[in-house]
Amino acid sequence: MLLVDITFWGLSVVAIGAALGVVLVRDLFRAALLLVVVFLAVAGFFVLLSAQFLAVVQVLIYAGAIAILLVFAVMLTKDVPHGNLPNRLQVPAAMVAALLLAVLVAVAAATQWQPVPLAQQEQVAVVQTGSAGLANLLVSDYALAFEAVSVLLLGAAIGALALLRGRPEQAP
Amino acid sequence: MTLQAMLIVAAILFCIGLYGALARRNVIAVFMSIEIMFNSVNLTLVALGRYVAPHALAADIESALTGQVFAVFIIAVAAAEVALGLGIVFALYRNTESVDLTEAAQMRR
Amino acid sequence: MSCQLAAGNILYENPLLRWVYDIAGTVAPCWAAYLAAGLAFMLLLVNGVLIGTAILTWAERRILARFANRIGPNRWGPFGLLQPLADLIKLLTKESLTPRSADRIVFNLAPILMLMPALLVVAVVPFARNIALADLSIGVLYVLAISSLTILAIFMAGWASQNRFALFGAARGVAVLISYEVPVVLSLLGVVMLAGSMSLNDIVAAQAVPFFLVQPLAFFVFFTGVSAELNRTPFDVAEGESEIVAGYHTEYSGIKFAIMQAAEFGGTITASAVIVSLFLAGWAGPLAGYLGWLWFLLKLGAVLFVFIWVRATFPRLRTDQIMAFSWKFLLSLALINLVATALEVYFLRGDSRTLTTVDLWVMAGINLALAAVAIGAFGRLNRAQVQRVRPPLPVLAPAGAPAGKAV
Repeated sequence: MLLVDITFWGLSVVAIGAALGVVLVRDLFRAALLLVVVFLAVAGFFVLLSAQFLAVVQVLIYAGAIAILLVFAVMLTKDVPHGNLPNRLQVPAAMVAALLLAVLVAVAAATQWQPVPLAQQEQVAVVQTGSAGLANLLVSDYALAFEAVSVLLLGAAIGALALLRGRPEQAP
Repeated sequence: MTLQAMLIVAAILFCIGLYGALARRNVIAVFMSIEIMFNSVNLTLVALGRYVAPHALAADIESALTGQVFAVFIIAVAAAEVALGLGIVFALYRNTESVDLTEAAQMRR
Repeated sequence: MSCQLAAGNILYENPLLRWVYDIAGTVAPCWAAYLAAGLAFMLLLVNGVLIGTAILTWAERRILARFANRIGPNRWGPFGLLQPLADLIKLLTKESLTPRSADRIVFNLAPILMLMPALLVVAVVPFARNIALADLSIGVLYVLAISSLTILAIFMAGWASQNRFALFGAARGVAVLISYEVPVVLSLLGVVMLAGSMSLNDIVAAQAVPFFLVQPLAFFVFFTGVSAELNRTPFDVAEGESEIVAGYHTEYSGIKFAIMQAAEFGGTITASAVIVSLFLAGWAGPLAGYLGWLWFLLKLGAVLFVFIWVRATFPRLRTDQIMAFSWKFLLSLALINLVATALEVYFLRGDSRTLTTVDLWVMAGINLALAAVAIGAFGRLNRAQVQRVRPPLPVLAPAGAPAGKAV
């Protein structure tokens, strides 16, 4: 249990520190790299929460694909080392975020969460660590949502291509 | 590690992302903040799925996976969102030659 | 004081780990023994890969030399076997430069990050019966996820160098890696479908017939895709010496360059180990209970030899050819393989829900024929297309002639 706790607090510090870095560091490229650190820390949290499959998917999709796209997009910025500037809404934004944080923390602390009964904890842990249960659910109970998401992804791919296709008049 | 600690960490991440999304000028920085928010939501869902018993748990043990299933869908939707969002960023860059949100005041050229 | 491992524990099945655990358990608290067992095995793996890297650099130079009718390094040690040591000492004593305008932290971090995936992936590879550091139930996915992190390290190296050639190399490298990720992932789905599991241990156990016979298309796509992802020679546009100096590692020297080279060769070893486990039945062979590790190493050597052979044979492709090769050729093959495997598994396994050895041989027959037809047909199609879109050849103007008028 001790090891789990140490890992948890370590990951928390890393995740929060890196997230703060993403929004505060001036160098946009470093901000993007810190974002990858956040993704990896969240993958670590997933492992702690016995969601191995999600942890790997998190690394594959967020750190392996989304982060790369963002890093590429960083190159659009004119002055990357000083590219991450705040706008005029800094103070109100900080206030809104702090207020929301207070509300969320209060709710999380005050709610009476109903824990998993002791008798079933072992069973639940087995179901959650394996990927077979997840796979079954995706093609049975959530089949419709699954299909909807695949159509959404196809649509997104076509949409992105349509957005990025060079205009005819710009072609040489 | 308790449920509350996990939820609070996720809440902090969410609020950092919210601050970034509201207070940054660069459209890509805003994007990155939104990704942090997505991640914290996933974290909350998985944590709740891990520690909190749904009503159907006694009858159907697989309902313990609801949180994870939701997270899978959110990741898929986030991937679609990034593809389209970056498409829009590139379109914006083509029109205004900049990724500064304060300069993008109109939607046409 | 003695510690007992629970039956479901990740260390339980592995005789090596249990042996370390039991010895450490007699002198230290249980959690320390647990850590010690894991760390000892990790040390073994990391050093194994790094020493393998050193041997591979020597073997690659010797074998390439044979292909080119030369002798290769043969001065120091028997057959020049100590050459890697000499190279290492040379690189260690060289000055390690950092460009003045470089982003120092990212620049220094990139080589380390590049080496990490190669070392992390071996954690799930079974070297003999039950001997893997962690037999993850999602092993295949883990391999793919971890190896996708190399992209980031390459881009970091290219960007932080603040050098145009480095950035070109990195951009090319990332484009190649992203394009080849898709067919590689798709090709592995067939293997996973056949084995009914993503654990590398289960996949090795499921190979009554080695999967390179049952899944020839997947094997071809995976092998080609992986050699592209490793920047091996027919696909090494990211560091094409004749075009962009040395690509993303233009600015690297001394120990950092050594680490990058180690990452490249270590990646080759790791990828070969994964190929052996997924397609060549891993440690399986006669007397596998005792000689599993030997079979594994022999197969590993064979795969590495093919990698070197390919490098010695094919000239480097153009960037657009590489892209076309991935999206028009490999992706189609991977999709054909996926659909064919799904149908075959569905119809052959019948009510018992398992595939017998006979089923696997039947599939091997069908798939080999399919592979020959598909590769032939798509190769023809693509060749016609590539020839059609060939860009105009650059024309050298003779001295004195006005530019653009030359014939």
